Amino acid sequence: MDIVSILSNAVTQAVGPLAIVYCLAAIGLNLHFGYTGLLNFGQAGFAAIGAYGLGIAVKTLGLNLWLSLLVGIAAAVVLALLLGIPTLRLRADYLSIATIAAAEILRLVVRNSELSKVTGGSNGLNGYGRDFDKLNPFNNATYGFGQITFSRADFFIMIVGWIVVAIFSLLIWALIRSPWGRTLKGIREDEDAVRALGKNVYAFKMQSLIIGGVIGAFAGFIFALATSIQPDNYGTELTFFVYTVLLLGGAARIFGPILGAIIFWAALSLTDGILRGLVDEKIITFLSTSQVGQVRYVLVGVALMLLMIFRPQGILGDKREIAITAR
Amino acid sequence: MRRIVMAVLTVVIGTLFGLLVSTTAQADSGPPQAPAAVPAESGSQVQAASNRISGTLKAGTTPVEGVKITVKGPDGTEVGTATTDATGKWAVEVTDIGKYEVEIDVATLPEGIALAEGTQNPRTVEFAPGETFKAALFNLTGGEAAPTVSAKSPFLQALISGIRFGLILAVASIGLSMVFGTTGFSNFAHGELLTLGAFAAYVLNVTLGIQLILATVIALVLCGLIGGYAQDRLLWGPLRKRGTGVIAMMIISIGLALAVRYIFLVVFEGNTLNFRDYQGGRSWDLGPVTLAPKDLVIVIIALVFLVATVLVLNKTRMGKATRAVSDNPALASASGIDVDQVIRLVWIVGAVLAGLAGILYSAREGVKWDMGGSGLLLLMFAGVVLGGLGTTYGAIFGSLIVGLLIELSALVIPVSMKNVGALAVMIIILLVRPDGLFGRRERIG
Repeated sequence: MDIVSILSNAVTQAVGPLAIVYCLAAIGLNLHFGYTGLLNFGQAGFAAIGAYGLGIAVKTLGLNLWLSLLVGIAAAVVLALLLGIPTLRLRADYLSIATIAAAEILRLVVRNSELSKVTGGSNGLNGYGRDFDKLNPFNNATYGFGQITFSRADFFIMIVGWIVVAIFSLLIWALIRSPWGRTLKGIREDEDAVRALGKNVYAFKMQSLIIGGVIGAFAGFIFALATSIQPDNYGTELTFFVYTVLLLGGAARIFGPILGAIIFWAALSLTDGILRGLVDEKIITFLSTSQVGQVRYVLVGVALMLLMIFRPQGILGDKREIAITAR
Repeated sequence: MRRIVMAVLTVVIGTLFGLLVSTTAQADSGPPQAPAAVPAESGSQVQAASNRISGTLKAGTTPVEGVKITVKGPDGTEVGTATTDATGKWAVEVTDIGKYEVEIDVATLPEGIALAEGTQNPRTVEFAPGETFKAALFNLTGGEAAPTVSAKSPFLQALISGIRFGLILAVASIGLSMVFGTTGFSNFAHGELLTLGAFAAYVLNVTLGIQLILATVIALVLCGLIGGYAQDRLLWGPLRKRGTGVIAMMIISIGLALAVRYIFLVVFEGNTLNFRDYQGGRSWDLGPVTLAPKDLVIVIIALVFLVATVLVLNKTRMGKATRAVSDNPALASASGIDVDQVIRLVWIVGAVLAGLAGILYSAREGVKWDMGGSGLLLLMFAGVVLGGLGTTYGAIFGSLIVGLLIELSALVIPVSMKNVGALAVMIIILLVRPDGLFGRRERIG
């Protein structure tokens, strides 16, 4: 078993493009669930609409990268409004069912073959990232040191991605410190009390849903630019994994999503490497290498259960700040 | 309490892994493994996991054997080849996510069989993170054509399909609704109970060779014991005692659903499996519609169980107690009802019904690892929400409406989008009447 390569793989994964995607989606979700107490189970839908907004704007409308990003953001805002206007008045668990269904509807519509001229159907979209590649200032074939190397394209998307993560983390930090953020926390703790103080709870929830949704759309941008757009990447499991990331790092904490995403991907990579090593060395004989990848997701599920049972505040969180009591 | 939950989880996971060991040990003696892929040194940076591309090559209904299929990796190098077996199946294992080109060697196709017009060759398959299995399908022509059942009245035919599917959904969602009614949380792992029932019946029927009806009975007992009694006794009961909130429980059920779903994937792999009995067979021609005998049996079984459930809820002491707990657990408890026992019974009944629904569903559609969790769960929610969360009659009628809606909407919208209508109706119902058609006002938050 090659310990060095397993470890360097884990590091590669922990800071790689996918960790950024999950981190951004979790930052948006953190504003919904962590700070406002909105049980949004449709974060995958926001990522999808960002990605598809970008892809369709470039490929079908022929816009340049920047305008396409704006289209993606606008689409996410529209989705948030469409979802929020009716559903934000619902109880927490009804909201979760409505949002998960909306995200599924979105996925079923874009993967439908009748729309394949625009959305690519079940094959998805690619070839929309040329403008982005042109911006790439890095010229070497690979970057990194030792066994931790990234291709030129991955390296660029990582730099951009982590900068976006930093910007949004700062933004959330500033927002939550403000009176606006304190109102959100108040809504999470006791909606009626905040309403009694004369605040328009509905408007605050809507603003939270929009901002978090747009951050989710940025997760979709990074996902789309790092690989290609595949409709089935935006299924309900993406949302569930993002919840795992958020609860692992700690909801209602600025660094929660970042730490969660890094640990999530490092752990996935480590278990993969170690299990695969054990299979190769014939220590584990009841699994084939193709099953190793799947066993990891069993562990994700178990981890989510254990986290929620024993440490709902995650690594960084404060138990009193987690919106898990029913209202 | 912490220790109990921990011990319980260890036991559950231990058992599941035990199960896994025994099943994979059997699988090893099965058909020859697909050729392993050459590990790509300079693979994608994103993820290194072992994935599988597979498919079944059929011309009409005839499996095509001995066709060579080549898979090229993201960098254009060949990563594996496979030859279809006697049932037309093939599989290639690849290591990284990314794009793969799957090419069928046309020269190896048997005489008289060709790629259908418009079929892409090579095809591109792309693995995204989290995906471990992809199908690459090729359309062939020249084989025995599939027996086309042309309904003379598409509307009536869709109506029959809708009733059948609606009844299956109704059987499935009673448990979901009753658990919500008595404990107040939406169980996102309910779909896995359907899959559990279907796989239990599959193992009994196909691996152990027990006739399907007997296998179903045994599978339902297993479902009640493992999916109902054990699940509540070991996981939800202790959590309720701890006073865990319903949102926490909901997220825990998501974790459980993911874990169980992927255990099914590890053990049974990603293909759709069929029971041994009651496959194929001729349909009756009833003038405007055709009806398979199997469908009639499915409908009758579902109706019998639905009527029985309704009778039990209405006529027995236990049924009355269940309704009392749904209504107001604290009051029920104060009037001497053992709330915990009632909830456990609800879990057992719900799990048995869900397992039955899973078996009925897969008697037609086959068993697949994510059948319950990814597609049917949301449809069950749609039915339950439509009827009113927590009400049993509501769940039954709501599911029937959803089933009909799905099949009838397929007449006017693309089949791949037929679930969209049901989900949209669910959202609309949540907006205009969140307590559903049969629910009461006070349930709104």
